[in-house]
Amino acid sequence: MTCHWSAKLDLYVDSELPAVEMADFQRHLQTCPACAAGALSRLQMKRLTQAVGQRYRPSPEFRLRIEQSVGAPKTRLWLSRWLPALALAAALLLVVPSTAWWLQYSRSQQALAEIADLHVATLASANPVDVVSTDRHTVKPWFQGKLPFSFNLPELQNSPFKLLGGRLAYFHQSPGAQLLFELGKHEISVFIFQNRRDDPSLSSPSSVKKNLTFSTETWADAGLRYFVVGDCNPTDLHSLGELLKDAARP
Amino acid sequence: MSDRPADAASFEALAIPLFAALYNLAHWLTQDRAEAEDLLQETYLKALKGFGSFQPGTNFRAWIYRILRNTFLTSRSGLNAKMTDPLDLEEDASPAAAETPESVLLAQADRQLVEDALERLPVPLREVILLCDMEDMSYQEIAEALAVPIGTVMSRLSRARKSMRELIGAQVRGAGK
Repeated sequence: MTCHWSAKLDLYVDSELPAVEMADFQRHLQTCPACAAGALSRLQMKRLTQAVGQRYRPSPEFRLRIEQSVGAPKTRLWLSRWLPALALAAALLLVVPSTAWWLQYSRSQQALAEIADLHVATLASANPVDVVSTDRHTVKPWFQGKLPFSFNLPELQNSPFKLLGGRLAYFHQSPGAQLLFELGKHEISVFIFQNRRDDPSLSSPSSVKKNLTFSTETWADAGLRYFVVGDCNPTDLHSLGELLKDAARP
Repeated sequence: MSDRPADAASFEALAIPLFAALYNLAHWLTQDRAEAEDLLQETYLKALKGFGSFQPGTNFRAWIYRILRNTFLTSRSGLNAKMTDPLDLEEDASPAAAETPESVLLAQADRQLVEDALERLPVPLREVILLCDMEDMSYQEIAEALAVPIGTVMSRLSRARKSMRELIGAQVRGAGK
């Protein structure tokens, strides 16, 4: 027996059903394997057609001919004479900074991915922290003599965050502090390293990113590079970042 | 007679962004680069000439596509297409066919099979499927572009997709033998 909805499969994949009927159809798809298969095959076909349909491209000469034939009168003579030189200058102006930007962007993306890996590895460890304490006056002194720099930890008494402890971390052959915080069921790592000029990934601009459900935030302050990473929402991550920034102010 | 430079400027602003898409459609219709270029050039000239009749605020894309299509239908390849398409397109308003083994075979369809099937579709079916799936036009827009009722758009689309499934299914089965 043919399902009466099957007559509307084309309308569904073309988004031509009214909103109410669209919702009904989507519910129906969950219970009707025949319509679900029909919708899937139509969607596949639609996407393939969309892809293969973009097949022919006009030549630049033909485009120019059409533009000239339909365009409003313009004084284009000087432009055509200087166009190659202008195009080269524009290309250089665009390519050089954008290449530099892209390199910097790629490095910072890679750095954030590596930091997220460190965080995940910590959470997977049987002993995620080497100094186990909720007291910042216990955790901070533990790093003395282990790191070539010092840092301040925020007072968390009136905040939703709880300090769980800390451990040494290494990133691009540099030692740093990894501090583990808790927010509800979420665990958040804060990494602090020296901000090195010789390592571009450790001198990336401040940024907030979300990737593979991990939020990351990074900034530099007083010669130190901070990374905050966790699976909580970016706003909470940012709040913890603000507490750290406040604590770092003299 | 309207203000010529101002008209040309607004025509250019509306028409040039559609140039690549219109060329692609023209090439799909004619299946030939030189004919596609001739068709598009004539379309642009006719559209510029008739731009005064275009109602601002209405759908320019559908308007210029209708000019392209009408120009195509009176061209040599357009007349050939009309002669060789034996389909009684307007009569076929049957609902979409129930799922057949063809739909299962579609899962194996790759780009080449779809491209071949699209090439082999009669022009009226090819154009409706390209406008819907490639140009992402709504049924209403397609109806305006083809100057046919929405019901005709729906029945042609249904027919076009059925033909695509059958063509691809035949190719997949043929390759499997």
